[in-house]
Amino acid sequence: MWYFSDEEKQLQKVCSDFARNEIAPHAEKHDTEETFNIEAFRKMGELGVLGITADPEYGGAGMGALAATMVMEEFGKACPGLTLSYLAHSILAVNNIENNASAEQKAKYLPKLVTGEHIGCMGMSEPEYGSDAVGIQTRAKKDGNDYIINGTKMWITNAQYSDIAYVYTRTGEDRKNLSTFILEKDKGHYEVGKPIHKMGMRGSPTGELIFDNVRVPSEQMVGEEGSSIYHMMKNLEIERLTISGISLGIAQACVDQCIKYANERQQFGKNIGEFQLIQKMIAEMATETEMMRNFLYNLCYRYDQGEKGPVTAAMAKLQIPKMATKIALDAIQLHGGYGYSREFPVERLMRDNKLNEIGAGTNEVMIMIIAKNLLSQK
Amino acid sequence: MNEFQTELKNSLERFRLDHIEPHAEHDDAEENFRMDVFRGLGELGVCGMTVDENYGGLGLGYTDLCIALEEIAKSSVSYAVTVSVSLMVQGIIQKFGNEEQKKKYLPDLTSGQEIGAFCLSESSSGSDAKSLKTTAKKVEGGYILNGAKMWITSGGIAKTYVVMARTGEEGAKGVSAFIVQDGTEGLSFGKKEKKMGWKVSPTREVLFQNCFVPEENLLLGEGQGFKVALGGLDAGRITIGSIAVGLSDRAVSESVKYSLERQQFDQPIFDFQGLQFMISDMACEMEASRLLVMKAAELLDAGKINSKLCSMAKLKATDVAMKVTTDAVQVHGGVGYTTEYPVERMMRDAKVLQIVEGTNQIQRLVIARHLKKEFQG
Repeated sequence: MWYFSDEEKQLQKVCSDFARNEIAPHAEKHDTEETFNIEAFRKMGELGVLGITADPEYGGAGMGALAATMVMEEFGKACPGLTLSYLAHSILAVNNIENNASAEQKAKYLPKLVTGEHIGCMGMSEPEYGSDAVGIQTRAKKDGNDYIINGTKMWITNAQYSDIAYVYTRTGEDRKNLSTFILEKDKGHYEVGKPIHKMGMRGSPTGELIFDNVRVPSEQMVGEEGSSIYHMMKNLEIERLTISGISLGIAQACVDQCIKYANERQQFGKNIGEFQLIQKMIAEMATETEMMRNFLYNLCYRYDQGEKGPVTAAMAKLQIPKMATKIALDAIQLHGGYGYSREFPVERLMRDNKLNEIGAGTNEVMIMIIAKNLLSQK
Repeated sequence: MNEFQTELKNSLERFRLDHIEPHAEHDDAEENFRMDVFRGLGELGVCGMTVDENYGGLGLGYTDLCIALEEIAKSSVSYAVTVSVSLMVQGIIQKFGNEEQKKKYLPDLTSGQEIGAFCLSESSSGSDAKSLKTTAKKVEGGYILNGAKMWITSGGIAKTYVVMARTGEEGAKGVSAFIVQDGTEGLSFGKKEKKMGWKVSPTREVLFQNCFVPEENLLLGEGQGFKVALGGLDAGRITIGSIAVGLSDRAVSESVKYSLERQQFDQPIFDFQGLQFMISDMACEMEASRLLVMKAAELLDAGKINSKLCSMAKLKATDVAMKVTTDAVQVHGGVGYTTEYPVERMMRDAKVLQIVEGTNQIQRLVIARHLKKEFQG
């Protein structure tokens, strides 16, 4: 069974304080204005969490999925949008480079990413290839010692603020012939398209990466040409565990808000918490959140112990965001008219959480993964 | 649907596609209400549909109104709600007002030239409406109103307000209803509420500071305010139900349309059974809630008001709208989460349907009360 080590407990305390002092007070503003809390993001570098899974040799914390998911929960309670940007940086960019890049590439890119001097993003989805990610059509064609890249990446968290992009491309006709590049914005390796306006996660910038005949030296490639499919699938596992951590944080924040409100709000001459209908809602959402926490952290612990594979991560990603949406909708309901207004955070938490049923693979794709793997077991 | 209803539906469909749909995304982002759109609905007769022809209405029933509101809600829950609240106010004035009050206030509202608003809720009395604190003190020739009303749909854009205020003892018996018009000295409006949805429909606080209201603006009589307030309840629940049905209907159509167009894994996503199950459930729930709302409306039109069924219709249709719009975002995937497609707005608009006109928790209490009464005879 999972447990937090002393180091993880210490980190949880630090992250909880940071979320309360540096993130929460600005969350509503960044949601309303669709802006990015870059000050808090850079300070996460000082906190030591931007390279949570990276090797200490490059300035990382050298911790695992359990610690990373715990950070997501703590930050997610305060501002899921900023936490999603943190995830795109630390898990999609940094963790991928840590696990797949050469020693030279790591030495070149990780130190600035873990301090927050550079911001990272990852490019996988395209306008026509979302759920069907392996079908991507952004092409990298060998030309002498360089590659010429053409195509567009869509839904890229951090695109507008990124310095480094970890990008998947097609290098051959075979469906699985995919290759990865680490690209630098300063060197003109990519352009950023228009920002995308969203229902929630508005504190997290989303944009397009555009490649219009860009020439990139072959040393930007990660690993061998055509060999990326395995590590693309591999990183999705930790991505799905950690993004579920954001939903866990959202669910816990909703429970906390509801308890506070039910003890304050008076109707019919008493606190609404004295009504059984309200008690049922709170008891159920708190129970579900506790189940989510134990399910998720247990899977993370097992992942860190070496028990990897697509199924359990997909199970967490299917169940936890779905339950969190239900909890957040109930939290609005419990707050009545106030819950629908932007004076209370629960409507934002609900809008933010809906993304987690779509991003990193939709619920429907999770079902496909789980079923396909289970049905093909002999 | 009879011939008239089909024609009504068709003309409203043309109107919403020409005048509402093109601005829907922009007006949601900018929180922009268009009076000319509301007046356009007035020209089609919708704004006073259920009011007597003597006062400029069409004298039609709630089944007709439900068809109209459903159609408007397909493009804009906000305009449908503005119409429905204004009609509730007209219903109250028609039912409880004297001849003079009806002649004075109804024609501007039935024609859609002006909007009506209903002021019951306060910051500390939402579900517990009868604990309201706004006071109306008897003075010579009228009353002085003091207090703040919260969550007022059409606050600031409406001309005619039906206001519940306390003239006597604590509890329901001490409440009276007044008609107050914009422009009356002492009547002002608070800031526009920032909401998750219903962004086109302004919600404001309505404030009374030593606001003198003449005696002739009292509805029905002192201490009758709760009777007045409850008089609009059943119809209000049916209309919110019909708006929810219209919203669900659009969410289903958008989902079918998108899933037939969108290709993944070399086929339309509609061809996946997982999607078909989802969309079939959405359509089925939507139709079931429509039938329940229409049944409640038919009974109301036939003079056989069934409050239990009205609550059930409101509860079921709005819970279904929440579920169906949430699933519609899911069917659309990433694009469904963006403002480029209407489904995210529809999901945000759905949530408050579960809160207004009595939260769905209150509906459950009402239903349970009826069930107990039926059993005990």
